[in-house]
Order: sequence, then C-alpha cells, then structure tokens
Amino acid sequence: MSFSEVLQGGSLFAYAPLIIAFPLLGLLINMIFGRRLGERAVGIIASSAVGLSFVIAILQFFALSTHPEGTSVPIADWITIGQLAVPWSLKVDTLSVTMMLMVTGVSALIHVYAIGYMHEDVRFQGDPGRFTRFFVFFNLFVATMMVLVTADNFLMMFVGWEGVGLCSYLLIGFWFEKGEDGIGNAIAGKKAFITNRIGDFGFLIAMFLIFGAVGSLQFADVFHWAHEHGLENVDVITAITLFLLLGATGKSAQIPLFVWLPDAMAGPTPVSALIHAATMVTAGIYMIARNQALYDVAGLSSNLVALIGAATALFAATIAVGQFDIKRVLAYSTISQLGFMLAAVGVGAQVAGMFHLVTHAFFKALLFLSAGSVIQGIEHGHHHLEHVGANPGGGEAFDPNDMRNMGGLRSKMKITFWVYLIGALALSGIFPLAGFWSKDEILADANHESIVIFLLLTVAAFFTAFYMGRQILMVFFGQPRSEAAKHAPENPPVMTVPLILLAVGAILGGVLNLPGMHTLTDWLEHTLHVHVTEFNPVVAGLSTLLALLAIGIAWFVYGRQPMGKGSPDPLRRMLGPIFVGMENKWWVDELYQFLIVRPYIALADVLADVIDWRFWHDWFHDTVLARTFREGTRWLNDAFDLRVIDGIANGLGNLTQAISGRMRFLQTGYVRNYALSFLVGVLLVLSYFIFGSS
Amino acid sequence: MNIATDYILALSGVLFVIGVLGVLVRRNAIVIFMSIELMLNSANLALIAFARAMAPAAEALRGHVLVFFVIAVAAAEVAVGLALIVAIFRTKHSIDVDQVSSLQG
Repeated sequence: MSFSEVLQGGSLFAYAPLIIAFPLLGLLINMIFGRRLGERAVGIIASSAVGLSFVIAILQFFALSTHPEGTSVPIADWITIGQLAVPWSLKVDTLSVTMMLMVTGVSALIHVYAIGYMHEDVRFQGDPGRFTRFFVFFNLFVATMMVLVTADNFLMMFVGWEGVGLCSYLLIGFWFEKGEDGIGNAIAGKKAFITNRIGDFGFLIAMFLIFGAVGSLQFADVFHWAHEHGLENVDVITAITLFLLLGATGKSAQIPLFVWLPDAMAGPTPVSALIHAATMVTAGIYMIARNQALYDVAGLSSNLVALIGAATALFAATIAVGQFDIKRVLAYSTISQLGFMLAAVGVGAQVAGMFHLVTHAFFKALLFLSAGSVIQGIEHGHHHLEHVGANPGGGEAFDPNDMRNMGGLRSKMKITFWVYLIGALALSGIFPLAGFWSKDEILADANHESIVIFLLLTVAAFFTAFYMGRQILMVFFGQPRSEAAKHAPENPPVMTVPLILLAVGAILGGVLNLPGMHTLTDWLEHTLHVHVTEFNPVVAGLSTLLALLAIGIAWFVYGRQPMGKGSPDPLRRMLGPIFVGMENKWWVDELYQFLIVRPYIALADVLADVIDWRFWHDWFHDTVLARTFREGTRWLNDAFDLRVIDGIANGLGNLTQAISGRMRFLQTGYVRNYALSFLVGVLLVLSYFIFGSS
Repeated sequence: MNIATDYILALSGVLFVIGVLGVLVRRNAIVIFMSIELMLNSANLALIAFARAMAPAAEALRGHVLVFFVIAVAAAEVAVGLALIVAIFRTKHSIDVDQVSSLQG
C-alpha cells in the first residue's frame, strides 16, 4: 500500500493518540531514569518526544489534506452515568491540527533551546539536579496541551485546561525558594494558579449550563443544538458564552484576570516563551474560536469578547511602555497581542485570530528566547567579572533582567541581536514580516465590524511598535550601562539555532494567509464558518505608518541620545505622571489588593476567628459536642452500665448461686435417701397412672 | 392343689414391701443387696402368678420368658454389685453405705 493510498483511506488519523502518548512516554522515562541518564540524554529524550509529536501532527495534516472534514478518533469510554456520556476521543480537524502543528513545532524548538539554557540556569541557581525535573514538567505540559487541543468535548478540554494550568504553576515556581524574600517565585506561582481558578470556575459553570441545556458535552451535539435551537435559547447561550469568556480571560490573561501573567515571568525563560507566550495562553482564544457556533448566536457575548480584547490590547500596551524588566515588557506585550486575537474572534474573524495566534507564537517565542539569551549573556558577564575579582554593582543585588543594566549588546551578541530585531519588527507589524499580515487582517476585520474596536487596536499597535523600539534601543544600542553588559558573550549553537529557525518562522509566517491566497481561510473553512477578508490598503498603510512613526519616536527618545549609566528614563521627563502610571502598571495590582484581596483576607480572618474558632471550635465543638459527649458517656457509664447492665449480670449470678446453695442440701450422699426419693417418684407415677387417668 | 392367684400376688406384694423397707432402713450393703434381690424375686413371683392364671393361652409363655430374663439380669447384677461392694470395702474397710457419702452437697 503506497503512502497516497494510506492517505486516501484516512487511516493516518489512527495515529492521533500518539501525539499525547509520546510526551507522556518521554516524561515517564525521564522521571524514572532521568537521574542516571545525565543531562544530555534527558534533553534529547524530552526534545525527541516532542519532535515525534510534531511528526504525528504533520501526519494528521496530510491525512486532513485528503479528508478535510476531519474525524473523531475514539479511545475509550470515560464517564457514562445516566444521561451523561463522555467518551475519550480525539478531535482531528483543521482547527485542532493547526494548533497541534503550532504547539508541537514551537515546543520542539524551545525544548532544544532549553537544553542549552537550563544547563546554564541550573548552575547559576545552584541546583543542577533540577535539570531533569524541568524537562519532565515541560513534557507534561506538551501532553496536557495536546489533550486540550484535541478535545472532543468540553470535559476533556477542561482536563487539558487544568493540566496546562498545573504545569504553568509548577514551572512558574520552578525556583520556588528564590525571588523576593525567598518566596517571591512561589507567590507568583500561587497568584497565577488562583487567578486561573477564577477563570476555571467560569468554565465549569458554563459546562454545567451546557449540560443542563443540551444534555451532552460533546462539541458536535452542542454545536448542532446551537444551530437548530439557538434562536429560542439566546439567553442560555449568552450565559454560557459569558462564563466561557470568563474562563478565557483567566487562561489568556485578559482584563480583568491578566494580572498573573507578568508575575509568571518568575519562571525560567523557556517557560515564559513556551507556556506564557506561545501556547498555553492562546488556549482561551482557541476555545472561543472552537465555540464559534455558540458565540455566533450570542451577539452580546461576541461584542463583549471583542471589547475586552481590544481594551486589554491597548491597556497592556501602555503598561509595556513603562517597564524596565526585559521579560515584563514582553509579558505585557503578550497580554496585548492576546487582546488582538480575542478582539478578532470577538468580531467574528476567527481565521484572523488563529492566524495571529500562529504568527504570534513564532515571533513571541522568538523574542522570549532571545531575551533569555540576552539575560544569560549578562549573567555570564556578571559571573566573569566576579571570577576575575572585579566587583560589579558595588555589592548590590544585580538584576540581569533589568534593561537599565544593558545597552550596546548589538556588537557582543550578534545573532541574538538580529533575531531579536526580526522578532521585534514582526511584532510591530512591519512589512513583510509575519506580524504585518496577521495584525492587518485583524485590523481590517475590526474596521469592517466596529470603529471602536478598530481605533483601540490601532492605538495599541502604535504602542506596540513604540515599546519594541524602546526595548531594542535600550538593550542593543548605545553604550553598555553596566560592567556585566560589557562582558556579555554570545550563547552556544544549541540556543542560537532554534532562535534562527523561529526567526525564519517570524519572517515567513505571513505566507499562511496572504491576501488573495487565503490558505488558512480555506483550510479552516472545513471546521469554522469563515469569511474572506479582503486586503484593505488604507488600514494596512495606516498601521504601517503608525508603526514606523512609533519606531521613529522611540529612536527620537532613546536612540538619538542613548541613556547613560544610572540616568532616568527620558520618557519620565516628557510624560511625567503618565509614565509613573505606566511604570506602576496603572496600580491594578494595588487596586485588586485593595478591592478584593484585602477584604477577602479580612473576611477570611473573621470567618476563621468568629465562625470557625470561636463558634465552631470553642462553642460548638468544645462546649456542645464535647460536653454532651462527656456527660452522656458518664451517665451511660455510671447510671446505666454500672447499675443496669452490671445489675442484670450480677443479679443472675447471685440468683443462680443462691438457688444452687439451697439445692445442694438435696444431695446428701446417702444411697438410702436417693432410694427413698426414687420410691416416692415411682409411687407418684404409679398413682398418676392409677388415679389420674380416671 | 390350686392356690388362688390373689394369694400369690399378695405374697409377692408383701415380699416387695419387705425388700423396699430393707433397702431403706438397713445400712449393711450386703443386706441392701439381698433386699433388692427380694424385690426382683417378688416381681418374678407376680409374673409367674399371672402366667399361670392365663394358661393355657399361648400368651402365658411371655410371663415365663420375662422371668428368665429377670433371673439372668439379676445374676449379672449380682456379679457387678458384689464387685462394687468388694471395692467399697477395700477403700473404706466397711460396708456401711452411710460411710460412702463423699458426693454430699
């Protein structure tokens, strides 16, 4: 049987479960034998497990090219209780395969990069034994992410949804004993976990509503129902979609639940690149795109999705302008770009959203990994100085993430500089890089649907170009602002080669859906309702112009006269209080602290002290329960057991003793007495027979 | 010579009562033993008397047969009883039955 015949039969779909099985196998091997295998083997096993998943994803892609309607690969019955039937089956269609290819492809590259990065990182942080643990978590993440994207029903998607959340938590707190006061990273992990739980709560409620309304959690049943009975059930669907949106705002870091993502940068940089930029955070976008059939019915929810997306895009972009931590800038940029995608799926442009999702995965993973390369370069420089006896930073804590400590790295780290530049230009939406095409498709769709969304996104795009220009100029241009930056070396090929491959993706990603060709649109048409968006030269021209203007302004502020060592950010002088607001993230964390966290803790204190401790413990438990029990048992012991039960037992004994004490005198031991009683007995019997019967 | 059955039965009753009284009042084991034999033989006498009264009916033989059985059992009993008495004498050096009262309550 030739390869094409296999394709004709669509039998390649049967290999779909392997896409989850390979990373699971990899993590099991590393978990059990990792310590004995050594770093090199662990890295190779983990990376090749994900690489094999990518191969499976490609096979699914080929299978779909002949059977574009997709299929559902059943694995097992999972839950069957009464009306509820949840089979474990994998959905292979154009939408899920798009995610599979993106996730496994980017993951494979980041795994390879992480071999080099973590080799250094575990030594900088002083615990080389954690190298294996990192790759176990990383493979677990890929496996659960695959569960999420291949889900055939809401419950299975929720399993993946929680699984990636768990991996995110584990990896944010990877150096859990480090960070501020020794618990900063652990707190960041906890914050991400709890914030995500709020979103998951929305997802759960939505699932309950769906089951209540439809009686099934299968995507096919639910979408069919929405198609047939959607118009009679607009209220229910609106409620469902709003709760799903709450789930998406948690996972994809949108207003109001975005606060966890910047703190999540506490994790190692490959984690930020893979989980908190390219893959996990896009799960919310994917989920809303998947539920297009529901959002199409609920106009209110769609509008809210678009509005939240656009507002987040602008809000996060302004914060990114005021940050100094190289990874935090990228984190807010990620939130902002996720806002673009959410806005796209909100205005009904699922294809544009997915397009941007894929291109963003390339260039944001690229940017994060390059940032990791920069950070490691600076750390190398710092350690080099300590080694030769110089005392950089005057003994103060040195922050290798702070852009104020960088500068002039262009000549030190050439490859990193060029790939970073490509990533930044792609993110800014400069022709002809990937970001240009995807962002302009979103803007064109937004322009078509709603002028408010369009304006918000356009301004956000302007800020995007500005903060990326600022970052590039601060990090790579001018003069080194610290001794460490002067001695920063380039990183080894195991790190730079994945960067170059991702840079190629960031350059060429646009060909997925070029105007006039609409490859991705045609591809997704088999799964979603799509509409072709015509290229809008005005929109594209305007956004490119704004991006170039923003970069120009950035050069005017930061490039013309490079920041000196220890000098304040020139923007602070120009914008004054506005910059302070940007720098302090518009005090959202403080606001949440004041509005939610503090009252919540106060309430918890009151509940713990009054309800639990005083009422429940002191009064109910100690007084009511314990005393009742004590009194009750005392009564049972003294009054009942000792008197009644013992009385019965002893009374029976005494009675028997007394009776037998009397009876023993009958036993005289004299034979003649017995003979007499015998005689009396015989006489009695005889007299009974003689006189009794008559 | 034909003695009325009633007389024989009366004799049998008298013998039996003598036996009973002997068992109850005497303390010598041998005498008690003899009294028991007396009771057995009074019963035999009554049985023979009834058998004779019923002759020549075939059922009369049953009385004779029963008497033979009683005599055989009495013989066996004598063997056991005398052995017991000997055993008692060996331990107590007496055949006074009132001396054998260790089962007194």
